[in-house]
Amino acid sequence: MSGVSIPPVRVGKAWYVTEHKIRAMRGYAGTLIATGIGTPFLYLFAFGVGLATLITQNVGPNPNITYLQFVAPALLASAALLVAQEEYTFGILLGLKWNPTFVAMNSSPITPRQIVDGIMIFVLIRMIITTTIYFLVMILFGAITWGWGALTIVAGLLAGFAFSPVAAYSATIEEDRGQFAILQRTIILPLTLFSGTVFPLTQLPIFLQWIGWLSPLWHASELGRQFSYGPTEPIWLTVIHVVYLVGLGVLGWQLCVRKVARRLNK
Amino acid sequence: MSEVLVRVYDVPAPVITASSLTKKYKEFAAVDGISFEVAPGESFGLLGPNGAGKSTTMRMVGAVSTRTSGDLTILDMDPNEHGPEIRAQLGVVPQADNLDTELRVRDNLLVYGRYFGLPRAAIAKRADELLEFAQLADRAKAKVDDLSGGMKRRLTIARALINEPRILLLDEPTTGLDPQARHILWDRLFRLKEQGTTLVLTTHYMDEAEQLCDRIVVVDKGQIMAEGSPAALIREHSSREVLEVRFGSDRNEGAALQLEGIGDRIEVLPDRILVYASSGEEALVAVTNRGLEPVTSLVRRSSLEDVFLTLTGRSLVE
Repeated sequence: MSGVSIPPVRVGKAWYVTEHKIRAMRGYAGTLIATGIGTPFLYLFAFGVGLATLITQNVGPNPNITYLQFVAPALLASAALLVAQEEYTFGILLGLKWNPTFVAMNSSPITPRQIVDGIMIFVLIRMIITTTIYFLVMILFGAITWGWGALTIVAGLLAGFAFSPVAAYSATIEEDRGQFAILQRTIILPLTLFSGTVFPLTQLPIFLQWIGWLSPLWHASELGRQFSYGPTEPIWLTVIHVVYLVGLGVLGWQLCVRKVARRLNK
Repeated sequence: MSEVLVRVYDVPAPVITASSLTKKYKEFAAVDGISFEVAPGESFGLLGPNGAGKSTTMRMVGAVSTRTSGDLTILDMDPNEHGPEIRAQLGVVPQADNLDTELRVRDNLLVYGRYFGLPRAAIAKRADELLEFAQLADRAKAKVDDLSGGMKRRLTIARALINEPRILLLDEPTTGLDPQARHILWDRLFRLKEQGTTLVLTTHYMDEAEQLCDRIVVVDKGQIMAEGSPAALIREHSSREVLEVRFGSDRNEGAALQLEGIGDRIEVLPDRILVYASSGEEALVAVTNRGLEPVTSLVRRSSLEDVFLTLTGRSLVE
């Protein structure tokens, strides 16, 4: 071993991957901020003010809750999900194929696990920015009526995290044949429509309600509602929301590590 | 006696040792039991045609591809156990540039330096030095996509040097570059070699191997066909000179029959006939003496291309 000095492998290397993503993001930061601020205004105005004039009842178990208050936590969760979806699909395939920065990272001391962890941290940061802006606009619109309302943000972050199995799937795509468009149309869109986001899940016929039970968006929307206007469901159901979202998130994340590791080790 | 002992101790331990190194994809052996050693400061080349297993070997040496069998030691470490520690001391120039096209030229160096855990100030200083070295100082703020192929390659090399690697791995460093860009690149690599950096490169260009490598292995179908310095390989596997004669595509085969006995060996290629001889001029005289009149004729020194042709019966660039 004489003459060979092994530099210590530092923990927290995943952060260097995050740093890279943040530096790359600077190029389109303006667009991100503009959509980050513009989107909640548009959606909350359209649903919470516009559509709300037509909907004055049947929005949930608590008759004092307005439609705006009902729909806002779900819109926040959808916004987080949208960020996660973008990074877990295009972000992953970009790094593996179109602009193969993951390959370059992997030829340095960075491991596939650290690459995926770094991406996860980056997605978390992007979601925190998006959901915080959303939350502030929700306060402006009077959609937050409970002291624990800020936890709606956490529900949103869990919605995005629970979407990580999509990242694992993206890591297996060798050829781009429009899989992401199919994913959007056959899974994301139906999930958004049938997840108790713009109307309560209980309004659906029972044979369609299972879509909501499987959907991270339903769990996150309901969880967010428990925080934004106070508990309306039994505590065990709230715990199920959290366990389901975290469980799905961890599963997808670990699966993604395995897929990326396998793909980079040619 | 003591002098001999001192010499033995002076021989530095190899930085790379591969023994029966094998990589299989299902049943196909991309690398089929190759063994070699690379000494520190040496410039070592893997010469072979596309698909010979060069890139696969490089990925295994780069500690990103797990071997199927055999032994591999890089800087006294096994890549199966110490991948990140090994990669911390390598510089890698892959066959296909994987610069980040979302970042500007200098930023590519800055983010890459961070992967090695280097402090920002040190990376910034080193990045400026490397941009000078790569003759890209005036392009620091340019977009990667606006660079020429040669510039991208030089930036990739600069990036690979950000951690002051002990071994620089270059996979086909000049493939796809025009002659001028290649010469600039060779000049840069030659400087690194002079500074004592260990270079390991793959190429299917014999002139590149001759220019840059102290020692090469000729690889074909995942196996090593021959090993030695470029000059030694030529001496061993080819004649001193080669006479190239062309009679026109349809007439080469026929003419070759009449050339029998001239020189040491005759090789018929689709477009020309190669006559291996110690004197090309004498061989040409012999050809004309037999009443044959080639359309063109050329006498040149033997090259690694001829070595490869002799060893495998095929040319390097097909």
